[in-house]
Amino acid sequence: MISVGLLLLAWELYATYSGIKSTTLPAPSRVFEQAMLNREALVDNAIPTIRATLIGFAFSLSAAFALSMLVDFFRPLRRALFPVFIVSQTLPLVAIAPLVVLWFGFGLMPKIMLVALVTFFPMLVALVQGYEATEAEIGQMLRAMGAGRWRVFLLARLPSALPYFFAGLRISITYAVVGAIFAEYAGAAKGLGIYMLNAKNNFRPDLVLAAVGVSAALTLTLFGLTVLLQRLAMPWERAAGQHPAGTGPWR
Amino acid sequence: MSRLELRHVRKAFGRLDVLADISLSVGAGEFVSMLGPSGAGKSTLFQLLTGAQHGEGEMFFDGTPLDDHGRHFAFMPQRDALMPWRRILDNTTLGLEVQGIRRKAARARVAPLFAEFGLAGFERHFPAQLSGGMRQRAALLRTVVQERDMLLLDEPFGALDALTRTAMQRWLEQMWRRHRWTALLITHDVREAVFLSDRIYVLSARPACIVREIKVPLPRPRSLGGADALQTSAIEAEILDILLNPEPNPHSSKGHDHD
Repeated sequence: MISVGLLLLAWELYATYSGIKSTTLPAPSRVFEQAMLNREALVDNAIPTIRATLIGFAFSLSAAFALSMLVDFFRPLRRALFPVFIVSQTLPLVAIAPLVVLWFGFGLMPKIMLVALVTFFPMLVALVQGYEATEAEIGQMLRAMGAGRWRVFLLARLPSALPYFFAGLRISITYAVVGAIFAEYAGAAKGLGIYMLNAKNNFRPDLVLAAVGVSAALTLTLFGLTVLLQRLAMPWERAAGQHPAGTGPWR
Repeated sequence: MSRLELRHVRKAFGRLDVLADISLSVGAGEFVSMLGPSGAGKSTLFQLLTGAQHGEGEMFFDGTPLDDHGRHFAFMPQRDALMPWRRILDNTTLGLEVQGIRRKAARARVAPLFAEFGLAGFERHFPAQLSGGMRQRAALLRTVVQERDMLLLDEPFGALDALTRTAMQRWLEQMWRRHRWTALLITHDVREAVFLSDRIYVLSARPACIVREIKVPLPRPRSLGGADALQTSAIEAEILDILLNPEPNPHSSKGHDHD
């Protein structure tokens, strides 16, 4: 917080006293002022971005979950599919975004697809790695108890993957916002991305930065939500921090 | 009448012979140990028994051949293998749940045993909140409530500090006297084996075969000092001598030559 404050202060001083034009580098105070003046337009454009982010992310999450299970049950699939997914991650978003818009139009669809494209693979890797992290002895014990593969998956592999899942979720949710904005940048009726593009073309860097501020706030909020979700879903994580009970002769 | 009987059991992973020739028996209500150096393949034997691996040789339980679905054993792995995300109560009911018993009924069956296992008041705790000794007792509770014919204990106290381990051995001996479980214990701790067992099979280094069967005629309850101390240390010395001055392993040369 302090570092962000100092940075903003330095920026403010430089923009005010260096004589640089506000159409080149507006001071933070001006950005904030303009953001307030244009708040209706900003909110209006943030809503489609949020919608694209959440729907796209939900899609990619479902797909990653389904595929991670498939890959966990049929190991050879992993070697067949992973190269394709890895290649999908090397596609430059700059090149692919306009193409997706060209193919699927200016609606919600291309945004959802791009968000899914950037978030699917990190989530899939996190889940698959999480299943692998299951303690081997827990698996052996469950099988000795008579549990089949499906029971072992539900009772051991899935819960073991939770920390990995949430680590992936935290990273992916930030990618998701960037992916949505990129898709809008390539073409949209409304959205933070197209708002930034228009502001830039109108020589209004203050409004570009205001939109950047909104997207940053959006990303932080979503990030905070994943942290909160993890706390609720994994109560034993916090319990682990407390002192172990039972000292003395019983140990 | 022996419950578990193994005849000439062998197991190799690829070209690596792990178990060369294991023949042993465990009688009803008998506490038997398999004692051998680390990495001798003791745990592999448990994997054969629980059906996780398949080997050669014959395995019988109550006179009938062991197959994969013959669920005779309750297995306690080396580390406690408690699930960090389950509370202690739900960890101990795990085996019952897998057997298809409803959670509520399973809890009702486990709950009265918490006091005996020194875990009363910790039902709602997570494993990470418990000490090593308590975790091992929870793991043993999870194992015995399955009410299988026989317990397989794989170095259950190996990860504990020396003092806790001794306390746990005394506690287990006391529990065994009360319940008379049929049990097979894997360990590399000579004192532990002598303190707990009726009989001990001493294993060679890999590929493992049984080099000696030793009866432990010491009276129960076992004690660490007292009248039996001399006899105890004599047995311990005998076993240590076997382990530290091994005769040439007849199987180890065979393992390398026959290819």
